[in-house]
Amino acid sequence: MQVTPRSESEIQVEETILSVRNLTVDLPRGMERKHAVKDVSFDLPRGKILCVIGESGSGKSVTANTVMGLLPPAITVSAGQIIFRGEDLLKASKQDLRKLRGRVVSMIFQDPLSALNPLMTVGDQVIEVMASHDEGTPASRAARAVELLDEVGLPEPQEMMHQYPFRLSGGQRQRVMIAMALALEPDILIADEPTTALDVTTQAQILDLIRDIQVRKGMSVMFITHDFGVVSEIADEVIVMEKGLIVEQASAEQVFSAPKHPYTKRLIAAVPGLKEDDSDAHKSLPAAELDDIVLSVEGLNKTYRSGGGWFSKERTVAAVQNASFVLRRGKTLGVVGESGSGKTSLGRLVIKLMESDSGKMLYRGTDIAPLKESEFRPLRPKIQMIFQDPFASLNPRSTIGHILTVGPIAQGMKREVARSKALSILEQVGLDGGTFGRYPHEFSGGQRQRIGIARALMFDPDVLVADEAVSALDVSIQAQILELLQDIQEQTHVALFFITHDLRVASQVCDEILVMHKGRIVEAGPPSQIFHAPQNAYTRQLVSAIPGAERTPQAT
Amino acid sequence: MAGFLLRRLGQSIALLIIVSMIGFGILHLTPGGPLSQYALTPGMTQETMDRIAEQMGLNRPLPIQYLDWAWRLLQGDWGVSYRDQQPVLSVIGRHMFATFLLMASSTVIAIAVGTWIGIKGATHRYSLFDYTATVGAMVALSIPTFWFGLVGIYIFSLELGWLPAGNMYTIGDGSVLDYLHHLILPSLVLALVNIAIWSRYMRTATLDVINQDFVKTARAKGVSERRILMKHVVGNALLPMITLAGMQLPNLLSGALITETVFTWPGMGRLFLDSLGYNDYPVVMGLLMFSAILVLLGNLIADLVAAAIDPRIRLA
Repeated sequence: MQVTPRSESEIQVEETILSVRNLTVDLPRGMERKHAVKDVSFDLPRGKILCVIGESGSGKSVTANTVMGLLPPAITVSAGQIIFRGEDLLKASKQDLRKLRGRVVSMIFQDPLSALNPLMTVGDQVIEVMASHDEGTPASRAARAVELLDEVGLPEPQEMMHQYPFRLSGGQRQRVMIAMALALEPDILIADEPTTALDVTTQAQILDLIRDIQVRKGMSVMFITHDFGVVSEIADEVIVMEKGLIVEQASAEQVFSAPKHPYTKRLIAAVPGLKEDDSDAHKSLPAAELDDIVLSVEGLNKTYRSGGGWFSKERTVAAVQNASFVLRRGKTLGVVGESGSGKTSLGRLVIKLMESDSGKMLYRGTDIAPLKESEFRPLRPKIQMIFQDPFASLNPRSTIGHILTVGPIAQGMKREVARSKALSILEQVGLDGGTFGRYPHEFSGGQRQRIGIARALMFDPDVLVADEAVSALDVSIQAQILELLQDIQEQTHVALFFITHDLRVASQVCDEILVMHKGRIVEAGPPSQIFHAPQNAYTRQLVSAIPGAERTPQAT
Repeated sequence: MAGFLLRRLGQSIALLIIVSMIGFGILHLTPGGPLSQYALTPGMTQETMDRIAEQMGLNRPLPIQYLDWAWRLLQGDWGVSYRDQQPVLSVIGRHMFATFLLMASSTVIAIAVGTWIGIKGATHRYSLFDYTATVGAMVALSIPTFWFGLVGIYIFSLELGWLPAGNMYTIGDGSVLDYLHHLILPSLVLALVNIAIWSRYMRTATLDVINQDFVKTARAKGVSERRILMKHVVGNALLPMITLAGMQLPNLLSGALITETVFTWPGMGRLFLDSLGYNDYPVVMGLLMFSAILVLLGNLIADLVAAAIDPRIRLA
C-alpha cells in the first residue's frame, strides 16, 4: 500500500470494488474555497473497511455522497470518475443510479433521530427498500424484514415491525438504519459518521455490529468519521482528508505506527489519551489554597414531573438523586455519563437555572439551594456557565462587545470599565481587540467558544460550569480550547465543573471525576482510579467502551 | 386522549361564553335597536313604543336580558326572529345548506390547487413557476375578495355570458347541473385567497421536509422520486397543514359573507347582513353563536385528525 494515489493495474482492480479517480467536486460560488474535494483518488478494497477521516469541512461527506449520487443540486462534480464494475457511476443515468442505491450500495447516516420517517412504522421502512427494488412478494418482504431486525440485534423483532421511530432509542434507530441498508445484501456500505451522535457504550455496540456484519457478509465498507478512536477500532485502510485533499492514504497499522503527513500527526496527537497518573498541573499552588472549598453540595435531589392532570397519571423521572460533591478552588471536577444520566440536570442545578427539590449547596458557607431568584441574583456572577453549542449560545444580532458587557453592566459595572475589561479578557482568550465590534457569524466554532468563555470570565467567577463545552468542536480545536481552559484556571484559580460524555477529554482535564448513571453518582475518584482501577461495574463498562483506548497515544 | 378531549371541551365552552357576552354587549350598544323600525310607523306614540318594549323584554337591564337569552339558548330555544317571527334555528337551517355548499366546494378547490402549487413551488424552487406563484399569491392576498367577485361577474357573466351573475339556482330549474353552474364563479372567487394562503404555507412546509434526513435516507434506499415525494415528503408536510385548515375556518366564514353578498347567494353570510340591517338581534346572535361553535368544532376536528395521523401525538 502506497501513500500516493496509485496507478490502475489489473491486479488491483480484482481486489478493488470501487475506484475513485481524480474526483473534483465544486462548491457553489462565494464559499470559502472553490472545491469541496479536489483531485481525489482512492480504491475501496473488497471485503475491507476503509475509514475516511478528517475534520469538518474536509470533504469526507461530500466524497461519500458523490459515490451515492446524493449530492445536493448546488454542488456539482466537475471532473473525475467513480468506477464500479467497469462502469463510471458519474455517467450513469438517474434511473440506473436509483437501481444501484439500496441494492448494491447502501448508506447509513449520522443522526438516527432524524433519518427515519416519523410517520412510518419501522417495519414499513425496512420493507420499502425491498419494494422499491421489486424484490419478493409482500409476504416474503415482511418475513425478511423481521429477519433483518433480528439480525441487527433489535429485541422482539416481531413487535418492532409495528413500532414508530419515536419510540426507539438512538442506538435502536441506528440498528434499524443498518437493517434497511442490509436488506438487499449490498456489496458496499457507506457509513457517514454513524456513531457520532451516540453514547460511548452504544457507539461500541454499533461498531461491533458493523464489524460483525462486514465480516459475515464480506461487505466493503466506507466508514466516514472524525474520530481517530473509532478509526483504530474498525479500520483496515485509512484515508486522511484535509480541506478537500487526500493527505495520507495507508493501512490502519501504518497510520497509527508511523503517520507521515504532519496533518495526520497533528490529528492523532490531538486525540486526548487516557492519562496514567493524576494531574499535577497545580502543584505550584500552596496546599492551603488547594483545599479551599468553593462549593459543597450535599444530598441534592431533582425529580422531573410531567402529566398529572385530571385524567393522566403523573410521570416522574428522578434526574438527580442524592448527589454530594465538593468543588475546590483551582480544581476541575468532571461529570461523565451517557445521555439521560442526569449530568446536564446536575449542571443546571449547580448554576441554579433550575431549582432543586431538596439538598444543600454551600457556596462559601451560605446555603444557596433554598435562595429565591431575587436573593441569589447578587451571587449569580460568581457561578457562570459555558454552553455546548457555540452557534446557538451567542445572540446573532448583538456585537461581541455587547455580548460581553451586557451582563456586568446589568450587575452595576460602569460602561467604560466593562469595555476595557472586555478588551483585556478577549486578549486573555486569544482573540484580538477588533473582535469587540464584530458579530458572532463572523467567527468559527472554536472562536465562538472562546467568546463564550470570555463572556463567562467577565464576572470573575469562582465556579465555571462547562456543559459539553468542547463536544461540538473538531479535535484540533478541542485541544486548543481545553488548553485555554487550563491556562485560565491557572491564572484565576476558578473551580471548573466539567460535564462531558467524552471520557478521554475528562481524563485529560479533570482532577476528580464523578460517574453518573440514571441520576445517581455511582463512582467518584481521580482519573487514575476511574480509568485504570474502576470500582463500579457501570464505570468498568463505560471505560471499556471507549473506542481505541489501547491504541491512542498516551498524552502527557 | 379522553383527558385531552375533556380539556378542549372545557376551553371551548369558556370561549363560547366569552364570545356570546362580547357579541351581546356590542350588539346592544349599537344605536337604533329593534324598536327603531317601529318609530317611523305613522301614528306611533311613545306609549305604544313602551308597550312593545315591555312585551319584547327590551326595557330590562342588559345583563338580565343576556342571562335570559343564554338560559333559553341552553334549553335549545334560540329565540324568534323579530323580522318574520320564525324560530332562529329554522331561519339559520334554511340558509345553512347554501353556505356549506359554497364553503365545501371552495375548500376542495383551495386545498387541491394550493397544495399542488405549494409542492411544485418547493420542488422547483426559484423556477419561473415558483416566482409566478409567489407573485400571484401576493396579488390574490392584496386585493379584496369583493373586487375579484365583481371583476368575475363583469368578465364571465356580462361580457362572455358563460356563467350566471348570482343566485344559487335558476327558478324553475334546480337540477344538479344548474346548481353546479351557479356554484363555479362564487366558489372560485372565495377559493382564490385561500389558494394563495394555502400554497404559501404548503411551499414552506414542503421545503422544511424536503431537506430532512429521512428524505435522504429514502433516496439512499433507492426509492423512486415519485414515491419519495408522495409518501415521505407530502405526508410529513401535510401535518402542520391540518392545524392550519382548522384555523382557516373563520377566514372562510368571513370570506363567505362577502362572496354571498356579491353573488346574491342565499346563505348565512347574507342572512347575517340582512338581519343586521333589520336589527334582528335574535338571528344575529344566533348566527354569531353558530359560527363560533363551527370554528371551535373545526379546530377540534383538526387536532383530532392531526393526532390520528401523527403517531407521536396518537401514541405518546
